[in-house]
Amino acid sequence: MNDMTVPNAATATRVPPPAPLGMLAELTHRCPLSCPYCSNPVDLDKRSTELDTETWKRVFSEAAAMGVLHLHLSGGEPTARKDIVELTAHAVKVGLYTNLITSGIGVTREKLQELADAGLDHVQLSIQDALPDNADRIAGLKGAHEKKRVLAAHVLDLGLPLTINAVIHRANIENIEALVNMALEFGARRVEVAHSQYYGWALENRNMLMPTREQVMKAAETVERLREQLQGKLVIDAVVPDYYARRPKPCVGGWGKQSLNVTPQGKVLPCHAAETITHLQFDYVTEKSLSEIWTNGSAFEAYRGTSWMKEPCTSCPRKEIDFGGCRCQALAITGDPANADPACSLSPFHAKITSLALKAAQSGRDKYVYRSFGGVEGRPKVQITRSNSAPSAG
Amino acid sequence: MTEVSSDHVPKLPRGVRLRRDEVRNEWLLLAPERVLKPNPIAVAVLERCDGVRSVAQIVDDLATAYAAPAEQIEADVKVMLADLADKRVLDLG
Repeated sequence: MNDMTVPNAATATRVPPPAPLGMLAELTHRCPLSCPYCSNPVDLDKRSTELDTETWKRVFSEAAAMGVLHLHLSGGEPTARKDIVELTAHAVKVGLYTNLITSGIGVTREKLQELADAGLDHVQLSIQDALPDNADRIAGLKGAHEKKRVLAAHVLDLGLPLTINAVIHRANIENIEALVNMALEFGARRVEVAHSQYYGWALENRNMLMPTREQVMKAAETVERLREQLQGKLVIDAVVPDYYARRPKPCVGGWGKQSLNVTPQGKVLPCHAAETITHLQFDYVTEKSLSEIWTNGSAFEAYRGTSWMKEPCTSCPRKEIDFGGCRCQALAITGDPANADPACSLSPFHAKITSLALKAAQSGRDKYVYRSFGGVEGRPKVQITRSNSAPSAG
Repeated sequence: MTEVSSDHVPKLPRGVRLRRDEVRNEWLLLAPERVLKPNPIAVAVLERCDGVRSVAQIVDDLATAYAAPAEQIEADVKVMLADLADKRVLDLG
């Protein structure tokens, strides 16, 4: 083992964890878009390694039986799976609330009709910007934006509820009001204004994506104003930009506490970026039941609860509120996933994350590293820093 | 806050489901990215939001079922429905 803190999972009287509320099923990493902030890992699963239909169905049955409520059918682009209708129908049958998280590209009206008939509960559609040309540039596909507009109309026409998801970053942060208005125009009941989170692809593109502090402050004011104006018409949920925050986000509602993520090849993760913590060992649904993995899997046990914490978290009155923030961000910035998330002002690394943000926001870099199979050219597949040392310059 | 009138005919839209959770042994209202936990009175109200009964009918119905004054029930029901409409998990019709 290396010199990172290895949490001690062995506790004498262990109460089994409460059942998870939500499960993200990354059915495939294939996607027609190449967004530079994609939440998929840099090392994408190939089609040949994807779970088969029967295995996914079994996983959905197990999820429902253990108490999962929401199933997010995601990807990549989940409709790239030929069996998407069959999988959705099965999830509905076992009682899961089904949410299709789609790019909207390649989804025909017929396919959507089949999904609606299968009992799909909800559609979440991504849009990249309110300005079509800029949206297409960010998505890396010409004509993508217009296709999304067409899909949104089909969703409405078929009587399905729609959420628009917009990932916010430097190239669209000035257009938040237009994005929200576009969500209204598309007929959404809900919009997610989600600042880019810097893991995986977004970390690679941090210099291109990071907004300035002034932009972030103005964006927060805009969201608050729109929330008030649009109450009862459109729900606005915001994901805050934590590089400029004073308190960390309660990442995934606490590690191994509320949700889990299954990758295309069946690896079960506490969050979508968990694989960046390379000393963790992940279990596969092909080898163990979902319930066994959730309850006893070493990756879930590693940072569940609060016993793994170090100062300033251990004595912090907020430790049950934000759970020390995000483990992956603690690793990426401080070198140790058991450190407090450096987004917290109490972290000795807080000055470092602020300076990283300010530096990235001033970067003149203007070429995205687009998401693609094969990872980032000229880089090792997963880049990590292993050290417990004090913050260094850079 | 949305205004709720006695003539409204409230209904849970597609994408919002009231269901009994056998694992946790409680009633839940499931909506996009939201899990609400209605108390027994709220469940009684939600079960009557069927897109057929008006708010006035729901209030009468509950006043009878719970042998309680209709005025008080009406006020509580309207506040609850307005809150759910603001959250976009209820259509007032």
